[in-house]
Amino acid sequence: MNTIPIYTTKDFQSDQEVRWCPGCGYYSILAQTHRVLPDLGIPKEKVVFVSGIGCSSRFPYYMNTYGFHGIHGRAAAIASGLKIARPDLSVWVATGDGDGMSIGGNHFIHACRRNIGLKILLFNNQIYGLTKGQFSPTSLQGQVTKSTPYGNIDHPFNPLSLALGAQATFVARTLDRDPKHMQTVIKRASAHNGTAFVEIYQNCNVFNDGAFELWTEKDTKDDNVVVLENGKPLIFGKNKDKGIRLNGFTPEVVSLTDGKYTNSDLIVHNEKDSMLAFILAGMSSMPNLPRPIGVIFAVERPTYEQLMQNQIDEITTKKGIGDLEKLFNRGETWEVK
Amino acid sequence: MNKITKKIDEVTIRFAGDSGDGMQLTGGQFTTATAFVGNDLATMPDYPAEIRAPAGSLAGVSSFQINFGATEIRTPGDLSDCLVVMNPAALKVYLKKLREGGSIIANADNFTEKNLRLAGYESNPLQDDSLGRYQVYAVEINKLTQNALKDLNLSPKIVDRTKNFFALGLTYWMYNRPMEPTLKWIKEKFAGKEDIIEANTRVLKAGHAYGETTEIFTVRYEVAPAQLPAGRYRSITGNEATAWGLMAAAKRANLELFLGSYPITPASEILQELSKYKNYGVKTFQAEDEIAGITSAIGASYGGALGATSTSGPGLALKTEAMGLAVMLELPLVIIDVQRGGPSTGLPTKTEQADLLQAVYGRNGEAPIPVLTASSPTDCFDTTFEAARIALKYMTPVIVLTDGYIANGAEPWLIPKISELPDLSPSFVTNPEGFAPYRRDPKTLARMWAIPGTPGLEHRIGGLEKENITGNISYDPNNHHLMITTRSEKINNITNDIPLAKVVGDESGDLLVVSWGSTYGAVHTAVETKRNEGLSVSHLHLKYINPLQRNIGEILKNFKQILVPEINLGQLIKILRDKYLVDAVGFNLVRGLPFSAVEIEEKIDEMMKRG
Repeated sequence: MNTIPIYTTKDFQSDQEVRWCPGCGYYSILAQTHRVLPDLGIPKEKVVFVSGIGCSSRFPYYMNTYGFHGIHGRAAAIASGLKIARPDLSVWVATGDGDGMSIGGNHFIHACRRNIGLKILLFNNQIYGLTKGQFSPTSLQGQVTKSTPYGNIDHPFNPLSLALGAQATFVARTLDRDPKHMQTVIKRASAHNGTAFVEIYQNCNVFNDGAFELWTEKDTKDDNVVVLENGKPLIFGKNKDKGIRLNGFTPEVVSLTDGKYTNSDLIVHNEKDSMLAFILAGMSSMPNLPRPIGVIFAVERPTYEQLMQNQIDEITTKKGIGDLEKLFNRGETWEVK
Repeated sequence: MNKITKKIDEVTIRFAGDSGDGMQLTGGQFTTATAFVGNDLATMPDYPAEIRAPAGSLAGVSSFQINFGATEIRTPGDLSDCLVVMNPAALKVYLKKLREGGSIIANADNFTEKNLRLAGYESNPLQDDSLGRYQVYAVEINKLTQNALKDLNLSPKIVDRTKNFFALGLTYWMYNRPMEPTLKWIKEKFAGKEDIIEANTRVLKAGHAYGETTEIFTVRYEVAPAQLPAGRYRSITGNEATAWGLMAAAKRANLELFLGSYPITPASEILQELSKYKNYGVKTFQAEDEIAGITSAIGASYGGALGATSTSGPGLALKTEAMGLAVMLELPLVIIDVQRGGPSTGLPTKTEQADLLQAVYGRNGEAPIPVLTASSPTDCFDTTFEAARIALKYMTPVIVLTDGYIANGAEPWLIPKISELPDLSPSFVTNPEGFAPYRRDPKTLARMWAIPGTPGLEHRIGGLEKENITGNISYDPNNHHLMITTRSEKINNITNDIPLAKVVGDESGDLLVVSWGSTYGAVHTAVETKRNEGLSVSHLHLKYINPLQRNIGEILKNFKQILVPEINLGQLIKILRDKYLVDAVGFNLVRGLPFSAVEIEEKIDEMMKRG
């Protein structure tokens, strides 16, 4: 029986000085990760953080686990190779909206569809931070950035819709300013069998300050965020007085106090419903609707590494463990004396 | 009937037809039967990039050439002695590759008005006197095939597909090859489809009987077995040998083999071959692109596997940044580049040697990578194995250059004993005491390798510059210079761990021909011919391009002239001039084709006259 040591947060903190800008949302994400990892039941030496390039990608240096700081956009591909070669490891990808959605978009969607057991944390700040302020593939249309002085004409990706469209089996969103919620979501992602995708709204206080404040700040959050809980109706608002119902296929906000609607009229969250997941993900581009956070979608599907192992087992059972010497001598051979 | 058997030492045959005519299969079967007899051999397939070019067109011609003999065979032959053509286009394309007086076996039924027009013939060459310099056998292969099968009630399509076996049977008769290996192959390949087995068997035998009984064929040839080193042999292509070299290396290293790869001509067979061996400790990952192919392999190496990636020129270009990452991470990785005609998409199905400088220099920053090259199909095995040895011992990516010519070509391979191959086992660090990710072995300068899952050795690596020993990020100017020079020194030192170069011929003289890669066979043959004529010419063939063997400079000094033939505009020659300040002369033809020995001989003559 394997005994896993009892860890504390400190065990996961590396000795490297953290070098993000003061006030950056990453500090919270790092702190929550440090806090959650001791509770996951995974030996520290089995944990690997892989990253690409960008502010987000410094993450592995600050984790006292195995870590791999790769090249721009390729974290998911590096991590895929690692996870396939070593299914026993807990492999995490720390990426950003530039790294993961732009230069690494291809690797991201293919990791999702294969359902390789990677935990992908996307730190979305809707800007290129490390290169000092150009627009990213999640920047808003019209946004003025260093490379869009007259406003951004690029239409943004919705990371959740992209992940769902790429057949991801676990899709969630959380906020840098909501530590408790983030911890819950990270734990769920870790426990998921297959690719787990978590979008984290992260404030870049230098180049895109306040991008998410409507959903993260105390006085506006309750009226603009709906916290998803499996099996529960979608209710939000300071006084829990608003709900979301479906009008046809379109979600709309209804009042729970004017007597017209009750809880039974509302969408009841079902993490396994892929159609509902698309609707919930799509709410991000509907300005009159609150932003859903939490686990949007979570289903079981065999993982890539498991399918590969099954195939190896099946063929090994059928043919036995391969003998190279025999293979080389199989088929047409001849002896020269 | 009087049939004469002539004994000959060496024959070259080319099978040519429409890309749908099954010429590669026919050539492959002829190769197996030839190997069975014990001849030495070399083969060269040549096919269009289009999977199905318009039937009967010049662009759609596919061919397979085999050179076999009772003596050592080093090339698939320059001109063929016998040309089997299934249509006029095949004749048009390959007649110029037939020696004067050679034989033509033509499927006369396909020399129709339409096919003649498609091939650009104004009249039927089988009927006019334009082929007077050759021995022409016009055989109605379609009709003879139909006759052989007429009581089987097969669809015309199936009947049509068997006609290449008629040609094969006929050549088996002509060159005294046994039919058994092919008959056995037919049974295995079409197991469960009795009618197809019957059809192919009948047609093969009909072709053979046609040679035996028809009066037009009066001569058959016998090629005695070659005197090869004793042992068990099989026929192997370069791509198979590369795949097996990787497997053998992983086996001798006690590591799992991980191949991350993206399909690309002419390297795809390596991925396909390795994907068969799930029960041999091999994992293959067909990645979403070339970059994921190499980065997944780097990830796997990081996890303690032998990571490898296979590609061709355009793919190597895409992998460039990741190769630099592997240099920085100092992880073992084998990168196979099966070179093809470039630049850009270039000539995907044709051969070339123009990726050498890309392999040696093509990265941002100072990113030295060992580069090894394979000289023949079987040498792909040895070269790949050697690349893995260097990768594991020195913790470095290693590039192996093969090319389309040897990747698709086949030759007999003396099957090695796995247990007699060198042990490549790496030593993973497990003891936290004294561990630092960039602490080096004082002799090899290889860094310590600790893999995830090892308690107490948690550490971070990445593409940012490392502080010496600790591996922490460092922007210190002197540290950067130290790390740059250390990485360079590590690779340069490999020269002390590889055998000295050997000159074939005299150690000094008038002319040294320096070659690398797949030109080995043609150059070797040419130099041998010229030495037999009494010329003072020697041959130096390089497997190691980076680092070069430590005695190359000495060797070059001992010759008055140096000739460097390459299928590029002069790439190795740049490296030699740079390193040794020698006034070497290039011989460069970039046609998507291998050199012929005759071309090299002519160049040698020209140089000697100038000498």
